Amino acid sequence: MYETTEVTLDELKHLVSNRALEGDTVLLNMGPQHPSTHGVLRVLLELDGEVVVNCVPDVGFLHTGIEKNMEAKLWEQAAVMTDRLDYLNTTGNGLAYCLAIERLAELEVPPRAQAIRVILVELQRIASHLVWLGTHGLDLGALSMFLYCFREREAILDILELCSGQRMMATFFRPGGLWRDVPADFELAVRRFLREFPRRVDQYEALLTKNPIFMNRTKKIGVISAEDALNWGLTGPTLRGSGPKYDLRKVQPYSGYEQYDFEVPTGTHGDVYDRYQVRMEEMRQSMRIVQQALDMLPYGPVRSDDRKYVPPPRAELGTSMEAVIHHFKLWTEGFNLPKGSVYSPVESPRGELGVYLESDGGPKPLRVHWRTPSFIHLQALPVLSRGHLVADLVGIIGSIDIVLGDSDR
Amino acid sequence: MEPALFWEYIIKSGILLLGMTGGFAYLTYYERKALSRLQSRIGPNRAGPWGLLQPIADAVKLIFKEELIPTSANKLLFILAPVITVIPALIITAVIPWGRPIHLFGRDINLFIADINVGVLYITAVASIAVYGIVLAGWSSNNKYAMMGGLRATAQMVSYELALALAFVAPVILAGSMSTVDIVEKQVAMGEPWGAAFGFILGLLRWNLSMPLGFLIFFIASTAEINRSPFDMPEAEQELTAGYHVEYSGMKFALFFMAEYIKMIAVSMIAATLYLGGYNGPWMEQLPILGPVYLFVKVFLLLFLLIWVRGTLPRFRYDQLMAFGWKFLFPLALLNVVIVSIVVALGG
Repeated sequence: MYETTEVTLDELKHLVSNRALEGDTVLLNMGPQHPSTHGVLRVLLELDGEVVVNCVPDVGFLHTGIEKNMEAKLWEQAAVMTDRLDYLNTTGNGLAYCLAIERLAELEVPPRAQAIRVILVELQRIASHLVWLGTHGLDLGALSMFLYCFREREAILDILELCSGQRMMATFFRPGGLWRDVPADFELAVRRFLREFPRRVDQYEALLTKNPIFMNRTKKIGVISAEDALNWGLTGPTLRGSGPKYDLRKVQPYSGYEQYDFEVPTGTHGDVYDRYQVRMEEMRQSMRIVQQALDMLPYGPVRSDDRKYVPPPRAELGTSMEAVIHHFKLWTEGFNLPKGSVYSPVESPRGELGVYLESDGGPKPLRVHWRTPSFIHLQALPVLSRGHLVADLVGIIGSIDIVLGDSDR
Repeated sequence: MEPALFWEYIIKSGILLLGMTGGFAYLTYYERKALSRLQSRIGPNRAGPWGLLQPIADAVKLIFKEELIPTSANKLLFILAPVITVIPALIITAVIPWGRPIHLFGRDINLFIADINVGVLYITAVASIAVYGIVLAGWSSNNKYAMMGGLRATAQMVSYELALALAFVAPVILAGSMSTVDIVEKQVAMGEPWGAAFGFILGLLRWNLSMPLGFLIFFIASTAEINRSPFDMPEAEQELTAGYHVEYSGMKFALFFMAEYIKMIAVSMIAATLYLGGYNGPWMEQLPILGPVYLFVKVFLLLFLLIWVRGTLPRFRYDQLMAFGWKFLFPLALLNVVIVSIVVALGG
């Protein structure tokens, strides 16, 4: 069915300049087991001294076949796979997938479920930005940042564990709402985090933002103009660092984002430093959203009662024959989605994370495609890094905040 | 040479070498513990009480590691490079006095190995040798990352060396001698008006106010000299995956590691001697044996400063270090020398 093609060395020679073939420049293989490539990215560098002449990102070392795997699962079962894509944004992936199914099935999600989704996604955004900040700091040699950030991230993972029993792979969001309601101490735990965290962000900023070494290392590095950024398909903080105020939560609100009051921070220079500042400010804005969502958290059900798609609560099984039938149908063959296709994008911490579903009317997806920001952003890496030093390259890779699980799916 | 003097030298050298290597082992422990407190971690706590046996466990591990030599490496230089790096680090402290002469076994014993009249020159000369080890290690490994680490070390050396040399010049002008013993005694003499208890404070103040930028320049330049963060570009973990020692394993790696930490102790001793009064402290006259204790305390505090800086600052880029060294540190060091010359000319 599939044919493999032999690739000869000659076919790859166009990737590097003629100077490399003549031995004038050095080819350096960076990764996939290099500490600063954020996972298993391999970058083929062509260096003149330490100046990057060209760089060729090579992805695929973490290929999991998740898109294909999802086709073999029932619609609801496939939700489990979404967590494994971008492992720093597990709830966000689940949200994109559930929104797509809800759009296709025209399922209503109760307001409480929507608000809890927003809280968890925004907390996850903070956690993801914390991992970015920690590793970015580590790449530039500020090794303490890494440990401080992971300490705070732990608090968020504890909240996820409180809700779902799982720290990372929560699969808490299901088509039509949530797996179950959050426990009683959820609100307390989130408020405790909100009380503690602003002070921590200020501390991180005190360590880095005005640090002359950090500014030297990040300003005017990896510059991309707003126009180029749009042309390369950059989204999220990586795009907003260059100026465009494009945030899906604002331009195309989902899950009730229109009710919350928050700013979309943007940069002006499009360099590593501006992208850093955008993400730092985003953490504060995410806190604002969580605060508002928590303050106006409505009571009520957390899952749609459309029994075509959502199994009935267990208590009903003893009293209602209809409930038993729904339960049996949903847990044996799943639900059928109407024939059609849908694209549902959400604002992940990295950018526009979209899921494209194609349904043939059956209980399984015909095709699932993920439009993942890391994959798109890696295309721009050569443009960003040309003419900079190797030391800057690790900063640039950090500043576009790639997750290889997101890129290779 | 009389036999007793010969034995005195052997014993003193032995104490110094053992002190430096043992100091290295426990400096790694000290750094891990201090760094872990800075980073809200616990640090080593498994081997022995409070993890005190951790350095020994590390040493045992490193000794039993397989020693790999890459087939394409230049074997002679590959083996020689760690030796070239570690020996200057060990011998550089020979001219550092630890205290006043003490009377022991019916002999006056000087608490230094050698008081040569060009002691400061000896320090600068020996300190510069170590970088050859790093460059040769980078070159002989036949690894591109190691090569870049070696090149960075070269670039780094030419950028801080001048400022460092000028930071050595200032105390020499002030003391009017290149002997480290004379430099310390001059600082002791400066503090005499305040008596035995507080004299060392006056000495410290008068000495450092005469060359206000000296200590700062020396500290920055010597941090670059020993490849400590934020100037650890030759081995930048995140950029060059360990840089010049990427191909080294086992004891050969341990030697590089050892050289780096012994150099930390050595520059702390030099900084204490040239700028912080060396072995000088309260009631030195009455109890000369306190000298080594004061020196130890000063070195301990300076080492903490080095660890603290490592836990706080991001890393420089090597071209930025060159710009920093030439455009900022070097003029500042020249200014410092001018100031100290004026002070000496006016004050006599």
